[in-house]
Amino acid sequence: MDFELSEEQRLLRDSIDRFVKSEYPFSTRQEIIFSTLGYSEKNWKLFAEMGWLALPFDAQYGGFGGSPVETAIVMEALGRGLVLEPYLSTVVMGGGLLAAVASHDQKERLIPQIVAGELTLAVAYLEPQSRFDPADVETSVKSTVDGFVLSGHKCVVYQGCTADKIIVSARTHGAERSREGISLFILDQDMEGVSRKDYKTLDGQWASDFFFSDVNLPESALLGQKGVALEAIESTLDLVISAVCAEAVGAMAAANDITRDYIQVREQFGVPIGSFQVLQHRWVDMYMEAEMAKSMSDVLAMRLRDGDEDSALMVAATKVRIGKAGLVVGQGATQLHGGVGMTNEYAAGHYYKRLMTIDILFGNQDYHCSRYEQLGIVA
Amino acid sequence: MNLAFSEADLAFQQEVRDFLVQRLPADIRDRCARGYIVGNEDLIRWQKILNEQGWMAPNWPVEYGGTGWSLTQKYIAAREFASACAPLPTFGITMLGPVLIAFGSDAQKARYLPRILRSDDVWCQGYSEPGAGSDLAGLKTRAVRDGDQYIVNGQKLWTSYAHWADMMFCLVRTDPDAKAQEGISFILIDMKISGIEIRPIIGLDMGHTLNEVFLEDVRVPVENLVGEENKGWTYAKYLLQKERNFVARVAQSRHLVARLKLIAAEQRVGDGHLIDSADFKRRLTSLEINLRALEYSELRYLSRELHGEKIGLESSILKIKGSEIQQGLKQLLVESLGMYSAPYENDMMPIDSDYLSIGPQHMQGIMAEHLYGRGASIFGGSNEIQRNILARQLLR
Repeated sequence: MDFELSEEQRLLRDSIDRFVKSEYPFSTRQEIIFSTLGYSEKNWKLFAEMGWLALPFDAQYGGFGGSPVETAIVMEALGRGLVLEPYLSTVVMGGGLLAAVASHDQKERLIPQIVAGELTLAVAYLEPQSRFDPADVETSVKSTVDGFVLSGHKCVVYQGCTADKIIVSARTHGAERSREGISLFILDQDMEGVSRKDYKTLDGQWASDFFFSDVNLPESALLGQKGVALEAIESTLDLVISAVCAEAVGAMAAANDITRDYIQVREQFGVPIGSFQVLQHRWVDMYMEAEMAKSMSDVLAMRLRDGDEDSALMVAATKVRIGKAGLVVGQGATQLHGGVGMTNEYAAGHYYKRLMTIDILFGNQDYHCSRYEQLGIVA
Repeated sequence: MNLAFSEADLAFQQEVRDFLVQRLPADIRDRCARGYIVGNEDLIRWQKILNEQGWMAPNWPVEYGGTGWSLTQKYIAAREFASACAPLPTFGITMLGPVLIAFGSDAQKARYLPRILRSDDVWCQGYSEPGAGSDLAGLKTRAVRDGDQYIVNGQKLWTSYAHWADMMFCLVRTDPDAKAQEGISFILIDMKISGIEIRPIIGLDMGHTLNEVFLEDVRVPVENLVGEENKGWTYAKYLLQKERNFVARVAQSRHLVARLKLIAAEQRVGDGHLIDSADFKRRLTSLEINLRALEYSELRYLSRELHGEKIGLESSILKIKGSEIQQGLKQLLVESLGMYSAPYENDMMPIDSDYLSIGPQHMQGIMAEHLYGRGASIFGGSNEIQRNILARQLLR
């Protein structure tokens, strides 16, 4: 039993910490947010050079064979700086799906491009009626002589307009929420019949709704086998949830740090407001929430790495606990900063907005509470 | 990063489990499982079994009768003891022993430590006073040197189990002119000598664990001073650190969860049972998830200790979160009984009593444990004081 990082893991964390410190001061992040892409291509190249984009992939495709634990280390460090580069959508989610379902040839073609920083991905798996359920797929796909025809509507696809390729879940057969009959396809943006509505999200990123109207897809667009993708989507979502929970842990730690610094210098009634017990206790509550969140995140990453039988429950439990902790910390940070916390020019509110986003992404607290209960309440 | 315990630690866990299955008396386990206080004679009966096994004092060094267990083994043993519903170790073991070992004279160690191990002496803690609760350094009980004796006058309050105790370790003021923390001494008082009066305080649960202890011209030999005169505050703080070990009470809370599920599966609601109710399930889920976070935090902090870090504020976090979860579970247990949470007996009743022949099978003890458990966020440094401690360390 050991929660300490290995020497290699510490080096990994330190290298990202250094990047965040030097390349991601809040003022720089503000500039990046308002750039066309919403993230920095220069940073993305750096991620590739540093090998961070290679981390979770098999060595045969140019990766380092890292586990969910290493992904969590990266995401926690990125979370401290509210880093905008699409690591989650491209490496963890898109890359995770490729690793889980794609054929050897597809992996050989696509993963090295991700590793080199030449391919970014977005995953379109939810629909307006599906809420957070990846099995609820109305988007349909019909086989033709030389491929498929895709029709449907996918919603709030993070990085949908910035990504080079889109991975789409669609139903080849079965009823709307059937676990059978879901397939994954990889598409280019400029295919005929693909249209998009793009918008900014609460946390300053780009997202899109996709409309597919009789889009002709070649055979090669199908990732892996037809009709059996749901399990891979779910197992990838487990990894994605672990990653985003680790990101939240990093964001909470940073939000608590800046809030501590603020209440120690901000003076009212002639003294630092941090000398008031009511503010001290509120901050301590935020700190303790972050501690609980960190413990959940660490254990989840280890459980997923070890393939523990408890891991499905652990995914749901962690998402719930971290969603809650994130709101306590984010709202507390805004509150303790007072008026300053309400401004867009100060970091506190941005931590809140990202933590609130994370609470929603991949299933909110209610959704995962229900999952936890369905999986069986066990002590 | 790795969650698994070693083969050797798992074998140790099995050894502890086997011992508890074979040796923990069923009647004592049953009282603990229902949340009732275990009486002094029962406690001593269990301690004698433990001592025979050599497991009476895991937190003491081997040369004084400790077990020589590693930190991990101590954690595993505490968890197994709690899971098996064994009584918690008493003040002599958890508090006084470590203080005597660190600061006591050779004569004190030779006299008192073996007596604690053999259950010859039951100890109580003379800390709080009417004017000294959270602000313990405000204590006024006075000890005046008279030849080779101290003459002690004053009043102690909330003294748990004073009515069972043979001895009390006690904080007294020996220098009234010094700064509050600097005039305090740590002395050992024989509870049988003249001048000591114990008055029971009946708790919310209508049980008797708490007492007032009045000390009037109590003559204590100078050899019963621990360490140096006026250095008692240092020893008291050391002791409180020891008290904060294993404060998360994860295994106890898991036991509460199991009881709750048993009751909820039996309690009828509408066409089904309480366990099927969405409202109930959601509250239970929330507590279970909080309990996981607590358990993994305890493990994470244990891992820190294994890497040689000193644990301080972590104990305060575990105490706050642990007591909140316990109280949440006890609250839900009470609610799970519906109308049958109202009938009340403060102690185990004979099986043919009117009280037990009505209502659900598992109701016995739930309200008493809930009421007693409100103290979890008050004793051992209230949760508000714990937050002050955290703020002092983290917000400097």
